[in-house]
Amino acid sequence: MQTPPPVRPRRRGIGWAQRLEIVALSGPAILVFVSFVIFPVLMAAYYGFYKWKGYGVPTNFVGLDNYKTILQDTAFHEALWHNAEILVLSLVLQGPVAIGLALLLNRRMRGQSAIRVLIFVPYVISEVITGTAWALILQTNGAGNDILSSIGLGALTEDWLADPKLAIWSLMFILTWKYVGFAVILFLAGMQNIPDELAEAAAVDGASFWQIQRHITLPLLGPTIRIWAFLSIIGSLQLFDLVYIIWGQYVASTAGTSTMATYMVVEGRNAANYGYGNAVAVVLFVISMVIALIYQRFVLRRDTEGALTGGR
Amino acid sequence: MARRNPIVYLVALLLIGLMLGPVLYIIVGGFRTNSQITVAPAGLPDPWVIGNYTDILASDLFWRQVGNSTIVALVTTIAVVALGVMASYVLARYKFRGRGAMYALFAAGLMFPATVAITPLYILVKNLGLVNTLPGVILPQIAFGLPTTVIILVPFLQAIPKEIEEAAMIDRCSRLGFFWRMVLPLSVPGLITTGILAFIGSWNSYLLPLFILNDQDTFTLPLGVQAFASQYSVDTAKVLAFTSLSMIPALVFFSLFERRIVGGLTGAVKG
Repeated sequence: MQTPPPVRPRRRGIGWAQRLEIVALSGPAILVFVSFVIFPVLMAAYYGFYKWKGYGVPTNFVGLDNYKTILQDTAFHEALWHNAEILVLSLVLQGPVAIGLALLLNRRMRGQSAIRVLIFVPYVISEVITGTAWALILQTNGAGNDILSSIGLGALTEDWLADPKLAIWSLMFILTWKYVGFAVILFLAGMQNIPDELAEAAAVDGASFWQIQRHITLPLLGPTIRIWAFLSIIGSLQLFDLVYIIWGQYVASTAGTSTMATYMVVEGRNAANYGYGNAVAVVLFVISMVIALIYQRFVLRRDTEGALTGGR
Repeated sequence: MARRNPIVYLVALLLIGLMLGPVLYIIVGGFRTNSQITVAPAGLPDPWVIGNYTDILASDLFWRQVGNSTIVALVTTIAVVALGVMASYVLARYKFRGRGAMYALFAAGLMFPATVAITPLYILVKNLGLVNTLPGVILPQIAFGLPTTVIILVPFLQAIPKEIEEAAMIDRCSRLGFFWRMVLPLSVPGLITTGILAFIGSWNSYLLPLFILNDQDTFTLPLGVQAFASQYSVDTAKVLAFTSLSMIPALVFFSLFERRIVGGLTGAVKG
């Protein structure tokens, strides 16, 4: 950018006009993006070194004290562990369910397009509504237990949200309900890119339905599955809304569903301890980035060759 | 094949029941009274009452929050799409040094939803004096909406054949003229897809408004629903009515443009 190409003076004139266009067209987007995404992340690193209530300029420099506190706080360890559980369970539960549903919906059947729309409905509904509805359904005297009793399964009624043994599974159930539709749509989109001829040729050679899915559809769906897994991992690491809405700021830790993000909001903003909150944000950022980079280096590389480093 | 069909339909039916059950529970529950809900939490309305819905529809606060959500979502959507398509055009059709870095900048944003930056973002908005105002929510939302928009639109704009551009150049059309007269009309489907994603994202957004807005009059609907649910925690029926009214716009929007969204996601996966 700084050094214009030496010769070819005739082309340079065009170059300047083009440069102006580039700046005019991309400038506003870059300005907004840098101001409200990049700049705050950098400021978090700065504020994280201070003990600060959020008013005026931070002056009480405490070095790495905030980070020491975070890394020694068992509440943070628990939150981190919950994030890890959610990450693994999301992949293990949602992945197979979504692939199964996509295979099912990829067949020609009546009402197929209606089903595709309906399965996506939970994804479109806000986290607040999802959380409010499921909290009402799953409370001890809610509709969930009522249905279980009325179909003769009264023995199975539980305190789904407060029992620390069950709460994380209730959360996983709600997360699956909310996000599985998105995965199914992605997988269906991926399946539509697989030429029908492959399955037809295999069928001519006597392959069964399941053999075709196992040896043709699934391998060719690989890139889509790996991109979905990436989105799922990032989402799991940063999970906040549903936990905060259902379990609130106080019971998430006792119910065993607190996450790094809820820890950050409770200990940072709600406690008016902004220096500390920013330090937690930095830890969350670093963990997310390390995992994202490792995943891209080792898993996504062959799919999106250079997508996050180069142009195409 | 035909033999298996009934099972497939049964599974599909169960699935729909499970996906829609909670949604119907909210909507139908709004037609019940609290005593009905206490006696039989999973029952049907008997009789149906519309008082919960009419009460909410008659309340100023609800409409004010609908208005706030609408303003925030519309401005966010228009700005995200406008800024996004301009930047994507540059990334897709100009060759210049730093192009890869610019693409990487936006792509990196995709990895980090607002959660990570929320605390410093709040401080930034506070320093700008925008706490408790709608622009305080809109500006960060535009910024965080750009990565998805750019990533979806760039392959879309790259797919416009080179021949069209050359033909336009021969007809003495400048690059900007080409952008305005050819690229924008040709990319309308992509713009609609990204616009819908931005709109729904904004309509449902929770964390950012939670930090920025703390006065009921500036609340967007998600905050309103939550405040209402804690304020009237004993009045479950009314909470359900409030909740179901607040999800209508996103559902209507989605059902109108469902094909576009699915089509747009297909493009993103391929791209």
